[in-house]
Amino acid sequence: MARALQNIGETYMVTDDIKKLDNASHVIFPGVGAAGEAMAYLRRKKLDSWLTDWIKTGKPLMGICLGTQIIFDYSEENETKCIGLVRGLTKRFPDDLNIACRKLKIPHMGWNSVTLHRDHPVFSDISKDAEFYFVHSYYPAPADNSLVLGVTDYGITFCSVLATKNLVAMQFHPEKSGRPGLQILRNFCRWRGNA
Amino acid sequence: MLSKRIIPCLDVRDGKLTKGIKFKGNVDIGDPVEAAREYYEQGADEIVFYDITASADGRDIMIDVVRRVAQTIFIPFSVGGGIRNLEDMRRVILAGAEKVSVNSTAVTDPKIITQGAQAFGSQCIVLGMDVKKVEMSGKIPSGYEIVINGGRKYMGIDALWWAKEAENLGAGEICLNSIDADGTQNGYELNLTALISENVNIPVIASGGAGKPEHLAEVLTEGKADAALIASMVHYRTYTIAGIKKYLNEHQIKTRLYW
Repeated sequence: MARALQNIGETYMVTDDIKKLDNASHVIFPGVGAAGEAMAYLRRKKLDSWLTDWIKTGKPLMGICLGTQIIFDYSEENETKCIGLVRGLTKRFPDDLNIACRKLKIPHMGWNSVTLHRDHPVFSDISKDAEFYFVHSYYPAPADNSLVLGVTDYGITFCSVLATKNLVAMQFHPEKSGRPGLQILRNFCRWRGNA
Repeated sequence: MLSKRIIPCLDVRDGKLTKGIKFKGNVDIGDPVEAAREYYEQGADEIVFYDITASADGRDIMIDVVRRVAQTIFIPFSVGGGIRNLEDMRRVILAGAEKVSVNSTAVTDPKIITQGAQAFGSQCIVLGMDVKKVEMSGKIPSGYEIVINGGRKYMGIDALWWAKEAENLGAGEICLNSIDADGTQNGYELNLTALISENVNIPVIASGGAGKPEHLAEVLTEGKADAALIASMVHYRTYTIAGIKKYLNEHQIKTRLYW
């Protein structure tokens, strides 16, 4: 992520220190790993309550992958109570996913497309033919369907991007998704959070 | 729907490509970072680096290569060859590689798979398997045996058993190389690939034998592979990645066409 931001010429800082985070204009909340461990870490660093306060400021927040999964109330991974910025939960892909009688593998790993339901500043100038790099076994399921910005098919159709007010959160990795991914990061850095 | 991945493989020794790749205008280049940039721009979905360096100095050079590649391309890439312990894995991942692959070391010391998966997540750990066709036997019921040291040392381990075992140990993906098909450019080992891919629930990258786009079409359908590794057919500019992908899409195999 740092290298991607460097490549697009943005000033960034990688930190888990809430004092430093207070000075930011934009926050990117990426993550790989498991929900249980991640939440324990965030609580220890008081980042869960910091994020709850940040979202109220109206300044932009971007969730990526695990960072997206744990903004909900709950994750099925390690049966974890999460931050609760968004109503809903993170679910595991069913074990018996099939397409044309062929069993689908878990994790969902590789390039897949995203069908957008509406326009959003963070997704401006993104071709509908663009694909994005995914690697995950759990997927976001917001309680309010109107938050779903984009969906992806992998045996089931799941919410791969959601957006509300100053929050945009995606399951795929923009920093590993080539030029369209870098464009999303660029758009986010220009966004004021007033979608 | 998920696209099938096309993955060029670059062999590196002491920070240089072992075989130069033909660049635009047929210039031969030996710099792995420039080669990675070229394939990134050509539409590679991922890149595999295989480091055949023997010396400790060479390893440090490779870490520097990984760092520079990570500043240059924004797609996943993996590094294999000479990963002997958790510390080797850590260095490669911190330098910016998305995945590390373990091959011989995993056979002699399988706990490295579990340790790696626990430390970095399963999605980071690729099991590289070198496999040779042998007579079916009680010991090798699938008729495919694991070999190491570039195919010279037979391990008495059944390839199908090992693939399942590695999945249980925490491998997130398998890169399956047929020593028999490798270098022939006569096509992938389809039976082997389908056998492994149908019996594990993690993605399988087919490797060894690619010579023309038809071979990729076969291995991604009949061979049930999730991704295909290619080398000479693109290194010598006989084919381009874009051309291969176009061919596959015309044959109803979905690949990523926009980048």
